[in-house]
Amino acid sequence: MAHAATLEIKNLSKQYQVKGESLPVLDNISLSIKPGEFVSIVGSSGCGKSTLLRLVIGLEDDYHGEILLDGKRIVGTSLERGIVFQEHRLFPWLTVEQNVSLGLLNAVLPEDQKRKSVQEHIELVGLKGFEAAYPYQLSGGMSQRVAIARALVNRPEVLLLDEPFGALDALTRSHLQQELQRIWEQEGITAILVTHDVEEAVYLGDRVVVMQPRPGRIRRIVDVPLPRPRDRGSYAFAEIKEDVLAEFSDTPRVELLQPAGQRTVSDWQFSW
Amino acid sequence: MTTLTQAPAAPGANFEAERQGAESGRRLPWRRFLRGAALPGLLLLLWWAAFRFAWTDSPMLVPISKVWDTAVRMSASGHLWKSLGASLARDLAGFALGTTAGLLVGAALGLSRLMENLIGPTLHTIKQVSLFAWIPLISVWFGLGDTAKVVFLSLAAFFPVMLNTFEGIRSVPRELIEVARVFSFTRVQLLRRVVLPAAMPSIFTGVYLALIYAWLATLGAEYLLTSGIGIGNLLTDGREHLWMDQVLLGVVIVGLVGFALNLIATRIEARLLRWRGTSTAQY
Repeated sequence: MAHAATLEIKNLSKQYQVKGESLPVLDNISLSIKPGEFVSIVGSSGCGKSTLLRLVIGLEDDYHGEILLDGKRIVGTSLERGIVFQEHRLFPWLTVEQNVSLGLLNAVLPEDQKRKSVQEHIELVGLKGFEAAYPYQLSGGMSQRVAIARALVNRPEVLLLDEPFGALDALTRSHLQQELQRIWEQEGITAILVTHDVEEAVYLGDRVVVMQPRPGRIRRIVDVPLPRPRDRGSYAFAEIKEDVLAEFSDTPRVELLQPAGQRTVSDWQFSW
Repeated sequence: MTTLTQAPAAPGANFEAERQGAESGRRLPWRRFLRGAALPGLLLLLWWAAFRFAWTDSPMLVPISKVWDTAVRMSASGHLWKSLGASLARDLAGFALGTTAGLLVGAALGLSRLMENLIGPTLHTIKQVSLFAWIPLISVWFGLGDTAKVVFLSLAAFFPVMLNTFEGIRSVPRELIEVARVFSFTRVQLLRRVVLPAAMPSIFTGVYLALIYAWLATLGAEYLLTSGIGIGNLLTDGREHLWMDQVLLGVVIVGLVGFALNLIATRIEARLLRWRGTSTAQY
């Protein structure tokens, strides 16, 4: 099991220069994530949630504030931080196995251990038997599984997920959410998921960070104290989901009716 | 949970089916071959019939049998093979030179903005000059011999390779380069594992065009820079003496060589770019 990291974001601000004018994208974000915690970040488009992930992975720099991984300021990209993008971004000229191995290209490990780790991670995402397939032969959901395996094969300390299931159909999406939850528990890794799907955020997160746009800042952090695996149909789940959704609407939230206990067959009567 | 991991088995079955489909496609090459051969076969039949039933007595057309006799005669005397050998050697030399130069210059332009700014505009201007407009200049500088022909051929092969290499390198998806950055690739790893394979289809298109252009230009060069031997000279000689059998033989050979080159290129491409899959589009 990988070592899970503490991620600390302190007073993070970021601006883009557009036609000589500076446009704030992130404004004074502070967030502390415990080792092994799963944090979901929800927000409408343009709230800077993807930019936040790009800063944490190290694909963008030039920010104010601090991003600390286990107390150390992050510099550029690193094998300690893995990411899954919205598009699978597999290399089309490599097979599933070769794509996953790519993550280990610069890892300091003996060859046989690399091979073992690749095999383990292909099995972890349930793609045993597809090692020799090329990306064009895979469905969208399968490709995204390969991308997850590729991000995890290095055993990073923190896994970043940038709307990983946004482009998938509803059935595949909910199935992969369950899978991600299983993988996260199995790997014991710190995870940050960026999404615009509130249900997904509540289903997976220990906490749900609600962001608001222009400039991107944290509006509220909602705890999700439900045991896993979570039941999307339960009252408690729906209540938290409504609570988060209410942050996005102007009208006050509707109180859900508590169902009147468990009904049994004898409660029903025929009406003829 | 374990039963759920079985869910995406459907696309998996797809993968297997696709593999089998590709294999069964390979088992029926004869049908495709026969379909492709139908048109040339029909033309040969018409040609044969034109003389068999005396539809024509023009000296501009000769019976197939006479072309065949000429082929046998010239093959026995070795003249045919010498001509073909000379043409192919030229073609290969020009193709190799032009392609190598095209790859190097295209890569330099694609990888360095400085190089693009320095020599890009010049090259983009020169490429507008029609290939055959170079002939007068080349013949003055290099004469009418093999050097001149190879220079002309290299020029024909150079531009498609250079342009497509440049284009291929410039259109490597930014998304994949970011993946390389996430995994801390070095510059060499980035070039070898991302840029080169991503640019490969485009580069191959350039090389493929160069192969065709070089062969077309071989004939052009032999036709316009008339000294030495070659298939092109076979054609000019035939025309001058009105040996239609020799002209027709030349045309057939030019076509067959082109066909063979095309076949080789397609095979290499299918092997090299296997990862793109075969197009299964049906309309």
